Amino acid sequence: MKHLLSIADLTREEIVSILDTAVSMHEVQDRDVKKLPTLRGRTIINFFFEDSTRTRASFEIAGKWMSADTINLTGKGTSISKGESLRDTVLTIDAMGVDMMIVRHPASGAPAQIADWVDCSIVNAGDGTHEHPSQALLDAYTLRRALGDLDGRHVAIVGDLTHSRVLRSNLLSLRALGAAVTLVAPPTLMPAGVASWAGVDGFETSYDLDEVLPRVDAVMMLRVQRERMSGGYFPTAREYAVTYGLTPRRLALLPDHAVITHPGPMNRGLEISAEAADAARSLVLDQVSAGVAVRMSILYHLLAGEGSTQ
Amino acid sequence: MTSHTQPSLLVEGADVLGDGAQDVLVADGRIVAVGAEASAQAPAGTQRLSADGLVLLPGFVDLHTHLREPGREDAETVETGSQAAAAGGFTAVLAMANTDPVTDTAEVAERVLDLGRRAGYVDVHPVGAVTKGLAGEELAELGLMARSRARVRVFSDDGRCVHDARLMRRALEYVRAFDGVVSQHSQDPRLADGRACCHEGELSGRLGLPGWPAVAEETIVARDVMLARHTGSRVHVAHVSTAGSVEVLRWARAQGIDVTAEVTPHHLMLTQERLVGYDPTFKVNPPLRPTEDAEALREALADGTIDAVATDHAPHVRQDKEHAFVDAAFGMLGLETALGVVSTLMVREGRMSWSDVARVMSQAPARIARLTTRGTGCSRATPRPSPWSTRTAWSRWTRPGPGPCRATTPGTGFS
Amino acid sequence: MTPAQNTAGPGREVLNSDDIDRALRRIAHEILEANKGPEHLVLLGIPTRGAHLARRLADALERVEGTEVPVGSLDVTMYRDDLRSQPTRAVEPTVVPPGGVDDKVVVLVDDVLYSGRTVRAALDALSDLGRPRAVRLAVLVDRGHRELPVRADYVGKNLPTSTAERVMVRLAEHDGEGTEGVRIAGPAEVAP
Repeated sequence: MKHLLSIADLTREEIVSILDTAVSMHEVQDRDVKKLPTLRGRTIINFFFEDSTRTRASFEIAGKWMSADTINLTGKGTSISKGESLRDTVLTIDAMGVDMMIVRHPASGAPAQIADWVDCSIVNAGDGTHEHPSQALLDAYTLRRALGDLDGRHVAIVGDLTHSRVLRSNLLSLRALGAAVTLVAPPTLMPAGVASWAGVDGFETSYDLDEVLPRVDAVMMLRVQRERMSGGYFPTAREYAVTYGLTPRRLALLPDHAVITHPGPMNRGLEISAEAADAARSLVLDQVSAGVAVRMSILYHLLAGEGSTQ
Repeated sequence: MTSHTQPSLLVEGADVLGDGAQDVLVADGRIVAVGAEASAQAPAGTQRLSADGLVLLPGFVDLHTHLREPGREDAETVETGSQAAAAGGFTAVLAMANTDPVTDTAEVAERVLDLGRRAGYVDVHPVGAVTKGLAGEELAELGLMARSRARVRVFSDDGRCVHDARLMRRALEYVRAFDGVVSQHSQDPRLADGRACCHEGELSGRLGLPGWPAVAEETIVARDVMLARHTGSRVHVAHVSTAGSVEVLRWARAQGIDVTAEVTPHHLMLTQERLVGYDPTFKVNPPLRPTEDAEALREALADGTIDAVATDHAPHVRQDKEHAFVDAAFGMLGLETALGVVSTLMVREGRMSWSDVARVMSQAPARIARLTTRGTGCSRATPRPSPWSTRTAWSRWTRPGPGPCRATTPGTGFS
Repeated sequence: MTPAQNTAGPGREVLNSDDIDRALRRIAHEILEANKGPEHLVLLGIPTRGAHLARRLADALERVEGTEVPVGSLDVTMYRDDLRSQPTRAVEPTVVPPGGVDDKVVVLVDDVLYSGRTVRAALDALSDLGRPRAVRLAVLVDRGHRELPVRADYVGKNLPTSTAERVMVRLAEHDGEGTEGVRIAGPAEVAP
C-alpha cells in the first residue's frame, strides 16, 4: 500500500488489517505518554486546499503521536491565483523530500492526479464529491466496536448522497466488510446512475426512511447543506426534516440495538434531531475519538512497512 | 493555362479519392489534368512525386479551430496553429471567435485574416462572435464582419451557448441577409453549468464529477432546429456529442429544415471511460460520452446526418491543463490527428469510402462556411501527400518548452 | 507418559511439549526465588508466542504460590527498528493488567532470544507505559548471536546455533494441538 486514494483500491483483508491495528492505536490514546516512535524522521505534509479543522487536526495528532514531523499547509486558492498549476505546486513540496502528503481538495480526483505526479505517498483526506476514505474507515471501526463483525449487518445511509464523498467511501467499505446497505434520499439527492455503479453491488435504494429504519442495525445520517435548497434539490428545510430527518418519532422505529452515526458537522433540526444526536445509541463522539486511532493505523500501513522509503 | 509562377507538379500513381491509381498534374496550385493526359501534358521541368500506394484527397477545411491569437499567444498562434493544420492536411481553417479581444468586430476579423495570410500555411477564416464579447446579451456587428475583407459567414459564441431563445432567433434571421450561418455551442447553461465536465450518468456519479447531461445539449439542438424552421435560416450544430442530438437532426433533415452539424474526431473515437483516472487531457466540452453515443455519431457521419468532421482543436499551455480535473481547461488538440482518426475509424473499418472522407472533411465544411475556395494551402509547408501518416507530424508542430499541451500523443491518446 | 514425539515439520526437535512445561516450571521457581515471592510481579508476554508463554508462566507461578500474578501482553511492533525492511507487520494487542506497571517488577516473556532487538523495542515500549521498579527477561530459548548488550535473566534452554539455522517454536494455543515443540532446522531444510 503506497497511497490511500479510494476505498476501492483496498481489499477486504487490507481494510480489516487497518481496523484491527486501529484497536491497538486506540489504546495509546488512554496513555499518559501518547507517543510511538514508529514514524520518527518521517515528514508528513497536511496539504489542505479546503478548510477542515476536524480532519486536519485528526491527521495531525495521528502523525505527531507516531513521532512523524507534521506540517500544515493551506493551498486554498493560492496556485490558480499565482498562475501556477496544481502539478507545479505539489512538485515543489515533493522536491523537499517529504514522505507523505495528506491532501484535502475541493475537486474530485485531485489526490489521484497528485499521486501520479509525485513520488511520496498520498492520502486522500476528502476530494470534492468523490471519496473520504479515512472517514469511512473510522465509521467502520466505530460500527465494529458497537456491533461486532459487520458481515450480514444492515446499514442505512441517509442524506445528501449526491454531494457526499463520505457516501462513496462508506458504500465501498461497508460492502467490502459484508454489510448490506440501503441508500435513502429524495431522488434529487440520489447520485447519478448509483444503481449501476461499477465495482460495488449488493445494495438497495429507497425514498422511504420509515420503511427502512425498522430493518437496520445502524443508520448513518449525512449532512444536508441548506444551500441545496436554492439548487432545487428540495423545497424547504421543514419538508426535508419531516421526510428524511431522524426525528424523535423515527428514533422509535429503530430496533433496540441499532446505533446512529453522523460524520459531522451536524445540522441539528435538519437531518438529525437533537434527541437523536444526543441519544445513548448515538456514536457521534465515538467517531471523533476513533478518528485519530484509525488515522494512526493508516499512517502505519502506508509509511512503516517495506518499500515506503522515498 | 496561365504562365507558371512555380514549377508544375506531377503526382504519379496516387489513388485518387480511393478510386484507383492515376497520375495528376498540378499547375499554379490547381489540378489541370488527371490520368493519361496528365503525364502527356506535363511540361519540361515538371517536378515529379511518386505517390505509389498513397491516397490523394482534396485539402481539408476545418469548421472549428481555436488558434488563440490574439490574446493567448503562449498557447498557440495563428502561425503555429496553421502549421499544425497544414501538417494535418488542412488547407483552410475557421478560427473561433473566443480570443482576447473577441472577434466581434470587422477590425479583429480582418486582423485574424491578415495573420493567417502572413503565416501563409493555410487559409485562415475568422469566425465572428454572435454576441458582443460572447456575453449572450447583444448582437455583435454581424453585418460589418460579413462586409469586411474577412467576408465572415460563420458566427459562433463557441465555448458558450447562445442561450437566450429570442437572441438566437434574431441572430438566425439577421445573418440570412448575407447567407451566414450560426454555429451553435449547444449547452443549456442551467442544465450544464461551467463546472460540468463529465457525462452525467453512472461514471459522473461514481467519480463525483459535476455531470454534463446529454439533455443539456439535446434541448438546445431541438430548440434551434425549431427556430431554424421558423425563421427559414441556416443553423449549424457544433460538436454534436449525443445519440439524442443525432435523433433530432435526423428528424429535422426529414422535415427539410436547413440544419447542418459537425462532429469532432475525439467524440468519434474516445469515450467517457478515459476519465476514470481524472486525466485532464480528456477534459473536453462537450464531454466524452458513452460508447453508445460514439457509435451513434459514427453511424450519423457515415449516413450523412452529420455533415462534417471538425476538430475543435483547442490548445492550452501546460499550466492551464495541469490542474485538478474540474479546474483544468477544456480542450484537446485535433488538427494533426483528425485524418488519422477518420481513416482508422471510418475508412479502415468500412463505414466510409475515401470520397466520403473528402466530403466530410473538405466539400461539406467548405459549403457550410460558404468558402469560395478551399484554400491553396501548404505553399510554405513541405507537401506531405501521404494522407494518414500525420503521426509523423506530431512532434513537428509542437511549440517548444511550455507550449500548447499536446493533449493526445501518438500511442497514448488514441491507443 | 511420554506424549507422542512430534515429528512434523522440518529439522530436529530440541524441546518437546513436556520439556517446555518443565522449563517453565523451573523458571517460575527461579523468579520466585530471585523476587523473594510473588509481590509486585507483572508478567508481560511479547506477542504472539511470548504472550502465550507468559500466561503459562503465570499459571505455573499460581500453582506454586497459590496467588494470581498479573499477566498481560506488550506488542513492540511500533518500536521496532526494522519496520522498513519488511512488509507491513500486523500489530498485536498490548494488554496492561489493571494495576499497571509503575513500581512493579516486570518480567518480559518471549519465545526466542536472538539479536536482542525485540527486547530493546520492548524496553522502549515499556517505558512509554510507566516506570517499573525493575525489568527482567525470561525466554524459552536463547540461541545466541546478540547484536545488542542484552542478557536474559531466565532461560528455558541455551541453544547453540549458527546464524544460517532457524529456530521454530510451536505452541498448542497458537499452532494447534500436536504441533508443540521447539525445532531447529538448517538452511536447506527451511522452506524459502
